[in-house]
Amino acid sequence: MHELGVVFHVIDSLKKVAADNGVERINKVTLQLGEVSTVIPSYLADCWKWAAAKEPLVAGAELAVETLPAITYCEDCDRDYPTVAYGRTCPHCGSGRTYLKQGSEFLIKEIEVPEEEPNG
Amino acid sequence: MDKVRVIEVKQSVFADNNAEADRIRRELKEKKTFLINLMSSPGAGKTTTLVRTIADLKDELRIGIMEADIDSTVDAETISAAGAKAIQIHTGGMCHLDAGMTEQGLRELGAEDFDLVVLENVGNLVCPAEFDTGAAKNVAILSVPEGHDKPLKYPLMFQVCHALIINKTDVLPWFDFDMEKVVAYAHMRNPDLAIFPVSAMTGEGFDAWENWLRTEAAAWNG
Repeated sequence: MHELGVVFHVIDSLKKVAADNGVERINKVTLQLGEVSTVIPSYLADCWKWAAAKEPLVAGAELAVETLPAITYCEDCDRDYPTVAYGRTCPHCGSGRTYLKQGSEFLIKEIEVPEEEPNG
Repeated sequence: MDKVRVIEVKQSVFADNNAEADRIRRELKEKKTFLINLMSSPGAGKTTTLVRTIADLKDELRIGIMEADIDSTVDAETISAAGAKAIQIHTGGMCHLDAGMTEQGLRELGAEDFDLVVLENVGNLVCPAEFDTGAAKNVAILSVPEGHDKPLKYPLMFQVCHALIINKTDVLPWFDFDMEKVVAYAHMRNPDLAIFPVSAMTGEGFDAWENWLRTEAAAWNG
């Protein structure tokens, strides 16, 4: 729902990373997105195309999205289960005392930049 | 083909926002300004609840209001008429406020001149819950016509809040709204949530809500 805002955050973060690394162009950005992060990859891709075109640093850069599976942990039976299939109720013991261990992440994993020619 | 080099970043997209929000909270603590982030669906009664709260508390607390909306100044005008200083923050189409926008608003309002500042977030139960604004406490309003199942459908909102106002109790006779269920569902998500059934129309239940606000503001402002 807030994919465009998220894209602006990503571009701001990339500008800092680029400045820290002396980079002027980025070819590809890889994001890691938790399965239940509330960000929808296809919307994110559309927003990225629109917003990235306006920033010379990332104009035309490819966006890759890796999904991190959502895993919930049950405090009562000390086991993990897949969040998307079972929600908050543990399928092993029926307990509701569960919490999300992984799956809400939104990370910039890495960027790919043109290799500069070594200066003679 | 051109050679490329890969730079590992491994950075959370929201890390910057969280760091900024923590800094805002520290600064507000030093200035003795209690900031609450008020969230709800559109039409749950954020502005009406605020107008009554301002009327009841304006003699004991200096109150400032920041109204966030995609556009228009309707709410800021209503609040100003109630007797609190209000500014309007336009989010320019964004569905939530983040720490950066909150900080701009605090600067425009002059946060140090107030004991209590209320940030009226964009009407939305989804996105605002994801972004820490730097508020000392988060408060949500759920209104009776929305139904008692909302804590199940929008769990994050109820997890991140410290207090929940259940507004429009005056229309309970006409709605299939189960107060016991909504309390149970909300406490399943967040056992520490303080819950206040109120009617912003009649004033029913406002004593308990305003006592909470008074106590929390006094604790924060030392």
